[in-house]
Amino acid sequence: MLLQIKDLHAGINGKEILRGVNLEVNAGEVHAIMGPNGTGKSTLASVIAGRELFDVTQGDVVFKGQSILEMPVEQRAREGIFLGFQYPVEIPGVSITNFMRTALNEIRKYRGLEPLSGAAFLARMEEKKKLVEIQTKLTNRSVNEGFSGGEKKKNEIFQMAMIEPTLSILDETDSGLDIDALRIVANGVNALRSADNAIVVITHYQRLLEYIVPDIVHVLYEGRIVKTGGKELALELEEKGYEWIKKEMEGR
Amino acid sequence: MANEPNNILQEVTQSEYKYGFVTDIDTEFAPKGLTEDTIRYISAKKQEPEFMLEFRLKAYHRWLEMKQPDWAHLSIPAIDFQNIYYYAAPRKKPELESLEQVDPELLKTFEKLGISLEEQKRLTGVAVDAVIDSVSVKTTFTETLSKLGIIFCSFSDAVKNHPDLVREYMGSVVPSGDNYFAALNSAVFSDGSFAYIPKGVRCPIELSTYFRINAANTGQFERTLIIADEGAYVSYMEGCTAPQRDENQLHAAIVEIVALKDAEVKYSTVQNWYPGNKEGLGGIYNFVTKRGICKGNNSKISWTQVETGSAITWKYPSCILMGDNSVGEFYSVAVTNNHQQADTGSKMIHLGRNSRSTIISKGISAGRSNNSYRGLVKITKRAENARNFSQCDSLLLGDRCGAHTFPYIQAENKSSVVEHEATTSKISDDQLFYCQQRGIDSESAIGLIVNGYAREVLSKLPMEFAVEAQKLLSISLEGSVG
Repeated sequence: MLLQIKDLHAGINGKEILRGVNLEVNAGEVHAIMGPNGTGKSTLASVIAGRELFDVTQGDVVFKGQSILEMPVEQRAREGIFLGFQYPVEIPGVSITNFMRTALNEIRKYRGLEPLSGAAFLARMEEKKKLVEIQTKLTNRSVNEGFSGGEKKKNEIFQMAMIEPTLSILDETDSGLDIDALRIVANGVNALRSADNAIVVITHYQRLLEYIVPDIVHVLYEGRIVKTGGKELALELEEKGYEWIKKEMEGR
Repeated sequence: MANEPNNILQEVTQSEYKYGFVTDIDTEFAPKGLTEDTIRYISAKKQEPEFMLEFRLKAYHRWLEMKQPDWAHLSIPAIDFQNIYYYAAPRKKPELESLEQVDPELLKTFEKLGISLEEQKRLTGVAVDAVIDSVSVKTTFTETLSKLGIIFCSFSDAVKNHPDLVREYMGSVVPSGDNYFAALNSAVFSDGSFAYIPKGVRCPIELSTYFRINAANTGQFERTLIIADEGAYVSYMEGCTAPQRDENQLHAAIVEIVALKDAEVKYSTVQNWYPGNKEGLGGIYNFVTKRGICKGNNSKISWTQVETGSAITWKYPSCILMGDNSVGEFYSVAVTNNHQQADTGSKMIHLGRNSRSTIISKGISAGRSNNSYRGLVKITKRAENARNFSQCDSLLLGDRCGAHTFPYIQAENKSSVVEHEATTSKISDDQLFYCQQRGIDSESAIGLIVNGYAREVLSKLPMEFAVEAQKLLSISLEGSVG
């Protein structure tokens, strides 16, 4: 098993947001986590990535057989966890090329590998740029600075492709995308699916799941996973709306 | 948790100064303290012509009547000017013909500094002058340059061999009574570098000087004079380091640049004097007057500085834009950390018609430091259609440091345009998290972000310096950000 989340409770400033999340993800699987706004989807992504803003009060997150709760953010990343950001931040003056080169070399160093040669790095850049249909013009620009919503999200998937993570968590990657960008982003993600890695797609809408077809769909509601099913669950949600979940929960 | 970024900041700024070694060189001192006798001693030691002694004594008497300036946003402890050696020289100095004759300890110093003169000579094609304490010990490439008529030598040699040029231009940009520290320098300066590029000659290599304070309780007062004759071009680089000592040491230099008609001078500094320890003990007082004059039409002077060292920096590389269509530029990155203080910026004095100036200043403050930009843009009545653009950005790391901006603008005609932009920002937690999530630890992330922030200025540095400056920026902030 790649990722195992056990009874995870976490919050911010004493306010509990995750209230006992259980989740198991195996290599080769694509999971979708859906749910209404403010239900803890992004918090879950941040906690797995290790953002210190959030306090974990109970439970455990186990990645590749070891608990990662004590690991700093960069170590989790080097172990193979990737977070595609909902709101990627701008880093003025730092080109995507330079940023990726630094990141890849840090990750390789952690794994006891030599830095990539300049030629090998550039070849990898070229290959991965095609995947998400981005131009050299863009990778020479500062990270996310002045990017459109679509460019930012493509850049996230580009970085995911460069890093080749074992576990990718894509937080609302579909938000702010027009249909063309959505298709490009989804194609990129699909190309990266393999038997060795896993992808967790966090989304509010079913729309993205038409392009990235999940193996398993979870519904997160008020800090807990309240429903798990196959890809048809997403369609059911789309049809009935989140009101359906709310009612069902209140009826309990 | 809220303190987390500060912890990271502290870690990043706590790195050790890497040039803090002392070289055991047999050194000759002038008697401690400053009197007329000290000045006569220095002048005699250097076998100077009479006009030099007169210049010094005049400056000394001006200095006696002056007061140390107190208008800068700096807290400067009282300096005991009688407790300083004004002249210190490696004793084995005289008449070096080859590197074999250089004191081996001195060569070791250069190696530790990463500037093997021999290497520099062979590999980079950079001509180097090295000034240790008070005396210029080695000037490389002199021969190659002299074929083009370029003079690049120590200031002392220039006084001996080219007295007319020295006499004509010394003090013409920074008069001996210009300010307190300039007067002090004019009285006691011991050596420095001199460059003259003749008419129409484009200097094919970068000229470079390394300054090093070695001896204890010693002030360093060097003087640089660069003259670019009509249509000439030169790029000049300056680097500085000093040993780690608990007491403060004074460095009061003067740099004068003269650009005649159609000439261009590019002056780059990477200033890395010892900044003192984490508690603010020791470090160099860097009180420097740097000024250039675009004397002829269409001339250009460009200052680029990366300031990471010194306990206190007081420095305003300036341009007097006298020629019509002349251009002045100032690009600066100033980093302060721990207890460092910097009050730095530029003056652009527009006298010529259509003269243009640009000021780009990037301040980075960390620890408990204070970093001020101070700049004057003065456009006189005659300077019709003059233009200035100033951009002053401050980046704060942590919440115990200070950044200040003091822009002064005086425009005396209506056809000129002056623009001023200023921003203050912090490295955000979001930026750090983003980098860390890509596998980059916080320290490297800070280095990356800071270098990105300063890129506009770093890109102006000659290649040889740019790489060094980038490393220096990261090192200066090691243990400091969040």
